[in-house]
Amino acid sequence: MATEFHNLQELRHSASLANKVFIQRDYSEGTTCKFQTKFPSELESRIELTLFEETVKTLNNFYAEAEKIGGQSYLEGCLACATAYLIFLCMETRYEKVLKKIAKYIQEQNEKIYAPRGLLITDPIERGMRVIEISIYEDRGSSGSSSGSSSVSGSTAR
Amino acid sequence: MSAVMITRKVRKWEKLPGKNTFCCDGRVMMARQKGIFYLTLFLIIGTCSLFFAFECPYLAVHLSPAIPVFAVLLFLFVMAMLLRTSFSDPGVLPRALPEEANFIEMEIEAANGNVPSGQRAPPRIRNVQINNQIVKLKYCYTCKIFRPPRASHCSICDNCVDRFDHHCPWVGNCVGKRNYRYFYLFTLTLSLLTIYIFAFNIVHVVMRSVDQGFLNTLKETPGTYPLNMNTFLLVCFFTLWSMVGLTGFHTYLISLNQTTNEDIKGSWSGKNRGQNPYSHKNIIKNCCEVLCGPTYPSVTFFSLFLTSFSASFPQKTTAPLIPNEHTPDDIKPSIAAEKSSGPKDDQPPAAMQPPLASPETDAETSIAKNQ
Repeated sequence: MATEFHNLQELRHSASLANKVFIQRDYSEGTTCKFQTKFPSELESRIELTLFEETVKTLNNFYAEAEKIGGQSYLEGCLACATAYLIFLCMETRYEKVLKKIAKYIQEQNEKIYAPRGLLITDPIERGMRVIEISIYEDRGSSGSSSGSSSVSGSTAR
Repeated sequence: MSAVMITRKVRKWEKLPGKNTFCCDGRVMMARQKGIFYLTLFLIIGTCSLFFAFECPYLAVHLSPAIPVFAVLLFLFVMAMLLRTSFSDPGVLPRALPEEANFIEMEIEAANGNVPSGQRAPPRIRNVQINNQIVKLKYCYTCKIFRPPRASHCSICDNCVDRFDHHCPWVGNCVGKRNYRYFYLFTLTLSLLTIYIFAFNIVHVVMRSVDQGFLNTLKETPGTYPLNMNTFLLVCFFTLWSMVGLTGFHTYLISLNQTTNEDIKGSWSGKNRGQNPYSHKNIIKNCCEVLCGPTYPSVTFFSLFLTSFSASFPQKTTAPLIPNEHTPDDIKPSIAAEKSSGPKDDQPPAAMQPPLASPETDAETSIAKNQ
């Protein structure tokens, strides 16, 4: 069990990428952006279930807020239509504002929670909003303890 | 020792798979065949120019100056919608990177178990339940992903597109999640513009006939064949019926929250196929969702202009915090086989709106040969 604690700088200098885990989308509520909160087995030894779930749930809440269809989105839509969508040249859309919040949140989570455990979350927007990619790092020079190189069995099927 | 340095600037969009063309520093994204799009432009601009040149002076004087003004506004709106539909990313899903593709492959193999040799492997399908309806997600062998619901692979553009409607050659692009509302507004306003021009043409002809007689009016049609009003009246007439029909069809689709693709395949029609799980069962809600829903970001835009959103925030370190395909190799040293992409791109972290740096100078691949 890797109990080394890293901060982000240490990760860069002393750790090497061992494996990546991909959290898939949860389509049970339609096409809105939502990720599965199922805990992947590769992370069992690395991070507590509650922390992981909280991260994913917060991200899901952010995306739900961005894609919420309500008064504000109607207003934005109608106003944009009236200006032939030229207003988007000077104004940021609501979705873009939430994306910035998400990026900040992920950076915070990486700094405080994930990097000390040798993990790193990639912003889903960089993967086409399809997956949350979590990279698992091992210490360089750690003797053969590759916890990540296998992980076919027990990986989430279906 | 002599060192030969060869540097080559790689444009970022050249590295993107798929058959799209990019212009204006990557801000414009279209399909490869653009011929019919130019025809669309020619027809719209040509007809409207003739209308403004020959009909509007008469109408402005004899009826009201508001007529050409309104025509101009409508024309500008049509052009804006056309260009917006043609130039924006329809909602292209990026292909899976090798690690993700491998991860999915391993999951599929684990699910299938051992397939005896000689037997075909079962088709790669995932079932998800959406609003009490089982929806099958198909695996795309080109993009190496399980397509999200309502996504489809466009063979012309060679991309998976989210909420794929259809590939429209008139617009020179796919119509998908991100540009469907612009496409619909384009068809709607073009129908209105065509009706408007056609109607005022008739008014013009009638008014002149009252003064001069019908046959004289036709003889005096300005312009020479084929660029005269009669030809364009004919074009207007046929355009009118096709545009009104198309607008009506898409209004029907929107009210049911269906895509053209689903309609053609008959996914949700017929008693045996089940109900459309995406419909709110309320016409107004469906229309609002499609037309006034959130404006989705372009993930292609992100891969072209931004390395990482977090790079735009003040950091303690200068290196990017989140590794991705643009990260220099000091984060991933163990992967010796990975090609080094040279020095980090000189693009400053950009905000969302007009990017500050051109994505042309993405990576300078420098080859140094030492003797």
